[in-house]
Amino acid sequence: MDIRFEQVGFTYQPHSPFEQRVLFDIDLEIKEGSYTALVGHTGSGKSTLLQHLNALLKPTTGTVTIGERVIKPETDNKNLKPLRKKVGIVFQFPESQLFEETVARDIAFGPKNFGVSEEAAKGLAQEYIQLVGLDESFLERSPFDLSGGQMRRVAIAGVLAMEPEVLVLDEPTAGLDPQGRKEMMEMFDRLHREKNMTIILVTHLMDDVANYADYVYVLEKGRLVKAGTPSVVFQDTAWLQEKQLGVPTATAFAEQLQARGLAFEQLPLTAAELADVLVAKGATAHDE
Amino acid sequence: MMNKLIFGRFIPGDSLIHRLDPRVKLIASFYFIAIIFLANNWQSYLLAGAFTLFCISFSKIDFSFFIRGVRPLIWLILFTVALQILFTTGGDVYWSWWIFNITEFGVQNGIFIFCRFVLIIFMSTLLTLTTPPLELSDAIEYILRPLKAIRFPVHEISLMLSIALRFVPTLMDETEKIMNAQRARGVDFGEGGLLQKMKAIVPLLIPLFVSSFNRAEDLATAMEARGYQGGEGRTKYRILHWHQRDTLVVIVFALFTVALVFLRG
Repeated sequence: MDIRFEQVGFTYQPHSPFEQRVLFDIDLEIKEGSYTALVGHTGSGKSTLLQHLNALLKPTTGTVTIGERVIKPETDNKNLKPLRKKVGIVFQFPESQLFEETVARDIAFGPKNFGVSEEAAKGLAQEYIQLVGLDESFLERSPFDLSGGQMRRVAIAGVLAMEPEVLVLDEPTAGLDPQGRKEMMEMFDRLHREKNMTIILVTHLMDDVANYADYVYVLEKGRLVKAGTPSVVFQDTAWLQEKQLGVPTATAFAEQLQARGLAFEQLPLTAAELADVLVAKGATAHDE
Repeated sequence: MMNKLIFGRFIPGDSLIHRLDPRVKLIASFYFIAIIFLANNWQSYLLAGAFTLFCISFSKIDFSFFIRGVRPLIWLILFTVALQILFTTGGDVYWSWWIFNITEFGVQNGIFIFCRFVLIIFMSTLLTLTTPPLELSDAIEYILRPLKAIRFPVHEISLMLSIALRFVPTLMDETEKIMNAQRARGVDFGEGGLLQKMKAIVPLLIPLFVSSFNRAEDLATAMEARGYQGGEGRTKYRILHWHQRDTLVVIVFALFTVALVFLRG
């Protein structure tokens, strides 16, 4: 399922004294099965944009096409449910959405809303609690007894259990420890590769973008200012630093090496790439 | 939904009204609401209306804000006015059917009540639009201070008030966030029958309560860590000052009262 934005603009509280325009003429396309990263400063409109992805917000101008559905400013709010099933959103700090008495019921809540039977929803809960790295003994516990990290996993399992085609992640690892962060990101990557899930990741962590994403959109003050594959976007380190967006650790390191006379054809984005390039360079230096 | 509410919001600015002492503004607003009931003929209402517009003009806030403040209450106002018009008896009878009748007094009363409502809303909107919530709670604390004599917990109440005011926008944001998260999980808010609507509230209400509890716990810990031990022996950072302009307001209101009493039939 492709998602396409055409000239999308969005204004909060239009025609009121508190009117605030946050998105301007956004054109973007998210292809089925892609892993798209959305980066930008706080307040650049990322979170507003992602609420357009399953019609929680409707554009004030322009159109959003989600699969077959076209969302226009005048589209009414009826029959959006099928859309929400297809596009699952994991909001920032999703642990705040837990409310059921047991973890199992909370995970099953989403699927049940979309018409899955009680039994099948239970099965989904069992399946997805393991996917997020918790064992089945958690299913009968209250979500409020869990640690912050475990609650996060349960909340994410609740979204995954809806079995969406597109998964939108708004800073899914914010506030997690390094280990948990890595596990999470790898789980999403597995879903992307094995189940061909389309993933849209909103993040401040350029390393995650470099490691996982295959396309990047850069937002600034409600406008798209750059788009391309990570290897293209991250080459322009000066521009990124000027926008205070940062570059992946490996790229920053390679740049320092470059300043000391080591020439790179293209700045590497990940530690693995950097290592490969350095090994190759070492070998040629040795041969000479 | 909540975005449309103007009533109770603050618009930063730098007008005479903005700079007034919040105590004056608060008391003046209540006083205005009390004395508007003195008006009982069209001359006195005209004066009250002119006086309200006069006050509004000093705030440098666009008049449309005030109109918007009335809008959410317009049905309540019209309902009350309609009751007055249909059920008041006395004077010439223009129209009558069953228990309903439109009379001279009824129409007059209806118009007066409409004016009264609108003027009261205008004045209180003026208060909230020009006064930051914290200043308001300072003013309330000051005004309640005499109640200490009867062991009324003035400090605690005003602390709760200022914390509550501070967290209103935070809780609003939180509500919206959780609503969106649950919508994304397939909850339809405000759809279906009454029972269904009430059921849909549960996934919103429980997380809100839980997060309020957590927030309260965190806030209490943070306050204790910073040495908060209750109201005894505290000094104040924000100190309210009485200026000449505040005295001026008192004089203006006194003149207004005299004029109103004079015009009253």
